[in-house]
Order: sequence, then structure tokens, then C-alpha cells
Amino acid sequence: MIGALAALLACQLAGEVVARALHLPVPGPVIGMVLLFLALLLRGREAPPALDATADGLLGSLGLLFVPAGVGVVLYLPLLARDWAPLSLAVVVGTLSAIAFTGRLAQWLLRRLG
Amino acid sequence: MSELGEIWVYLAREPLAALTATLLAWLGALRLQRACGRHALANPVLFAVALLAAGLLLTGIDYRSYFEGAQFVHFLLGPATVALAVPLYRQWAVVRRAAGVAAVSVIAGGVFAAGVGVAIALALRAAPEVVASLAPRSVTTPVAMGIAERIGGLPSLTAALVICSGITGAALGPLVLDWARVRDMRARGLAIGTAAHGIGTARALSVSAAAGAFSGLAMGLNALATALLLPLLWRLAFG
Repeated sequence: MIGALAALLACQLAGEVVARALHLPVPGPVIGMVLLFLALLLRGREAPPALDATADGLLGSLGLLFVPAGVGVVLYLPLLARDWAPLSLAVVVGTLSAIAFTGRLAQWLLRRLG
Repeated sequence: MSELGEIWVYLAREPLAALTATLLAWLGALRLQRACGRHALANPVLFAVALLAAGLLLTGIDYRSYFEGAQFVHFLLGPATVALAVPLYRQWAVVRRAAGVAAVSVIAGGVFAAGVGVAIALALRAAPEVVASLAPRSVTTPVAMGIAERIGGLPSLTAALVICSGITGAALGPLVLDWARVRDMRARGLAIGTAAHGIGTARALSVSAAAGAFSGLAMGLNALATALLLPLLWRLAFG
């Protein structure tokens, strides 16, 4: 488990370094995800069981990891309250219409192209 | 009384209490979710955030001292994002065949999400910095804040809007997809990951391995697409 955690952190660290060195607009962890994916692909076999277990453990509680940042909404309550109408409409209608649009488009394309 | 006061000062200052409270709020939120029959609307992120935010407002503890403790949970978001490579790799045989479709849908969906949000805000005559803060709200927080800064938005407002969009997409997205008759798990994952980033992906992973893999992929692709395209489109539209 420690080995798997070290592998995840090493990919994240490498991602941070790559993002800064190449001035990429994407955050380090997302590049780390690409690096780990490429490493698994190059290795070619099934992912090591310890990595499987650690990834499942972390991702099984992925929602929890957003909670501390989510509580930060309390800092912006006055701002959110001031412009509540455009903000809530744009967030709710914008997000849900984008979900319907993307889902329909993807399903249509998947049926067309196999 | 003064002893109680001292204990209170200790608890409010040390990271231990905030960390414990975060985990307990999460366990309570999961219980509440189960009590609601795991309905999509009963989103545990929403419950836990509401519980803790109410706690902070009631006790007058400021967010910064809360975050001193909660940052240990927050830190795991980085390695967890890296770990999304594992379900993606497991589903690679399925993902590979749909890679082109995924790229087209995510780019179109990402532009659509930003466009509709901006159009609604403009129609309601929101201030320019509020409109710019809304545009990047569908992508993962650090990318969204960076884009907001570049196009004249308020990064901190964007951070709050990203969380609100994620919770909205995770809680209501599955119902909207049912209503739109999107039944293909790959398409459902792509839609949720595009519009509701990691919070949506957390929900997708709990429902289906395929949806989770496609949602994680969509989240990463949309972060890249929006970071590259939105500042350009913004300059064309408003520059």
C-alpha cells in the first residue's frame, strides 16, 4: 500500500514539475493521471494488486475529498447572495443542459460509429 | 466554565477537531444517503458540506482554522486524481474504441456548458466579472480558477461556483440523463464528467465502472480543452 501511495505521489510530483516546466494550463494531478496511465499501458499487464486496492480505496471515498473545499463556499455567501439569481440559474440550467446535450451527443455518436 | 473555555479554544485551534468533524460529517452524510435509498438527489458531498458549513456559521469558527485540519483530507485529492488512471486503464479496451467520440463530445459539451452559463448571466445583466467567473465553472477547481483570472473573473467566486456546479451535476445529472433517455453508460459518464468534473465522477464511479472511467476521462479532457479554448473564444467574443 505504501508502494502504491508512493507511486501515486511520484506521478503527481512529476505532473507538477512537467506542468511548471512546460507552462501547461493543466494542473499537476491531471498530468500525473496521464503519466500513470501511460506507465500502466507501457507495462502492458494488469495493474499491480496493491495499486488496484489503493486506487479503489481512494476513489471509493472520492466525494469526501471535495468536502473541505466545498465548505469554503461559506466564504462567498455574501457574493453568492448578492448575485443569486444569475448565478443559480447559470449554474443549474447551464450544468443540467450541458449534461443533457453532452449525453445525447455522445450516445448518438456512439450508435453511429459503433 | 473557564476550563470549558480553554478546552473550546484548544479544539477550535488544533487541526484534530476539524479533521474529526469532517470524517464524522461524511459518515453522517453516507448514512443520510442510505436512508434516502441512495437516490441521486441525496448527494453525500452536499449533505456533508451543508452540515459542516452550518457548524462553522453557528459556532463562529472561521473557515481558515477549519481548513487547518481539513487540509489533510483535501491533500488526498491530488493522489486520488492520479488514481483515476487505474479505472481508466481497466476499462481501456472499451474506452479505446470510443476515444474519438469521447473527444468530440467532451469538447462540444465543454463549450456548450460555458456558453449557456455566460448567455444566462448576460441575459440577467450580471456584472462582467460575474459573467467571467461563471464561464469556466464546469472544470476542475485549479484549472477553473486559472482561466477565471485570465479572462477577468474572480477566481475565488469561480471556486465556489465549481463546487456548486459539481454538486448540481452529481445530484440532478442522473435524473436529467434518464429524462433525456441517455442509457449508454459510456455516454452518461462522459456527460457527467464534462459538466460536473470530480464531484460528478465520484457519483459515476459509485454507479458503474464504465461510467466512472468515462467520467474521469471526460473530466481530464475537458480541463485540457477548456483551458486551451475558453481564453481564445473569450477574446473573440468580448475582446
